[in-house]
Amino acid sequence: MSLRLGYYPGCSQSGTAAEYDISTRACCRALGMELADVPNWTCCGSTPAHTVDHHLAGALAARNLLQAEKAGLERVVTPCPSCLAALKTADSHLADEAYKAGVEALLGRPAPGPVDCQSTLQALFEHIGPEGVKARVKRPLTGLRVATYYGCILNRPPGLMAFDDPENPVAMDRLLEACGATVVDFPFKTECCGAAFGMPRLDVMQRLSARILDMAESVGADVIAVACPLCQMNLDLRRGQVNAASGRDIRLPVPYFTQLMGLALGLPEAELCLPKLVLPLEPALAAAQQREAAGRAEAQARAAAKAAKNGTPRSEPVCKEDAPCA
Amino acid sequence: MPATPPRAMQAMDLDAGRDQAFMDQVAHESGQDLKSCYQCGNCTAGCAYSHDYDIPVHQVMRLVQLGLKDAALSCRSIWLCATCQACTTRCPNNIQVATVMDVLRHMARRAGHAPERLVKTFADSFLASVARHGRVFEAGLAACFALKSGKPMQDAGLGPAMLSRGKLAFLPHEPGGSAKAEVAAIFERFAQGRHRAPATGTKAEDKA
Repeated sequence: MSLRLGYYPGCSQSGTAAEYDISTRACCRALGMELADVPNWTCCGSTPAHTVDHHLAGALAARNLLQAEKAGLERVVTPCPSCLAALKTADSHLADEAYKAGVEALLGRPAPGPVDCQSTLQALFEHIGPEGVKARVKRPLTGLRVATYYGCILNRPPGLMAFDDPENPVAMDRLLEACGATVVDFPFKTECCGAAFGMPRLDVMQRLSARILDMAESVGADVIAVACPLCQMNLDLRRGQVNAASGRDIRLPVPYFTQLMGLALGLPEAELCLPKLVLPLEPALAAAQQREAAGRAEAQARAAAKAAKNGTPRSEPVCKEDAPCA
Repeated sequence: MPATPPRAMQAMDLDAGRDQAFMDQVAHESGQDLKSCYQCGNCTAGCAYSHDYDIPVHQVMRLVQLGLKDAALSCRSIWLCATCQACTTRCPNNIQVATVMDVLRHMARRAGHAPERLVKTFADSFLASVARHGRVFEAGLAACFALKSGKPMQDAGLGPAMLSRGKLAFLPHEPGGSAKAEVAAIFERFAQGRHRAPATGTKAEDKA
């Protein structure tokens, strides 16, 4: 059974974050979620609009909700947390009549009725779920240690975003675990990376992104999985700037969670767009595979030694968890 | 007991410099009950930007409670808030602190304050790109900001990595149909101030 959802790609996803859009579409297709683009969508206004005026922000976002409504799309999903916040904020504030009148004055026509907006992460988690993903995994990410980085606004403020835990979100954790990855305990899941300050206040962005990278490295992650094009740009494309400021040389790759999921689902290279990442993913995958192989060899050697000591030869290696208590 | 207490112990005059109209306006535009802030400091404790603020966010809230308009509107903090929503999420009194910061920034703009000039330049360049193309044209925005910021070479080093990975489009990715014109019209109506008094908008135009 296929599920049809409205899809709002957002501006970054047709430029610097094209790999997020391509891998999102590919994962949804592979998992039976049909996406119908909001016709002739325009910019949601993002952060700059709401920092200038709330009516302007509302009108820019509401134009897209109107487009969705006209196309008969009752639910709209978007991969970008900033687009999601803009669409949900407009949708929520339009319930206020005075605000709605101001937005309509800018739109030049009646505002849209309520439209349900979700992140593609939420849609994947709620409609397919970890079990649904697990059933379709062809190339499990066994041994890959992933720090899941949600960014600041995917789940906040909780009253508006209404999905997952605002302080310790787990939806991405569960989906990547279903892909066979090992999700490490990462205390900075929702800390800010410096957002759009890369251009106007590079020093601020460098300090904040360096904290995220330091923490990911200290918890032993192989990769940082992200769900936001701005987080990805700060941690990956701007890595040289961040490393230069912190005096470190951290090389952790920063793939979108949909690229990791697509890899596990066995999707073709062209739909994963891994070469678009500035820090390559391959060395991390190779290191995880080597570590896994070494771990297996070590367990086998231990089991063999134990069997020899007890004088009871065993053909199968024994995992510590399966062994009976003494 | 001495006849005159030491200066440090003299009562403060909380009414001095209090601008009630400012307090009412912030409350109205943000929709928040500003009196309910009891200065616990939870917002500041969780704020990733406290390090760069000139006034920590709980003290910005206090300035609003005291009606000290100029101090609140001229600070750098309101321009450095990224709306990461940690403060709003953690406020024990459910005050949308990030919305209050947003509203103060709107008022500061209208009053002509912009101590973080480049933050304002970035937002203006971004919106100019949207007004022109209907969507953000990233390369155009970067070029426009580089010229206006006076730091043209800051991000030049990112060019090769973006070019070799096909991340830099040289032409805007514009929407079809009348979409671009509709967005331009939203910005035109905004520049005319139509949102300010929507119900009496036509009358105001008639007078003009």
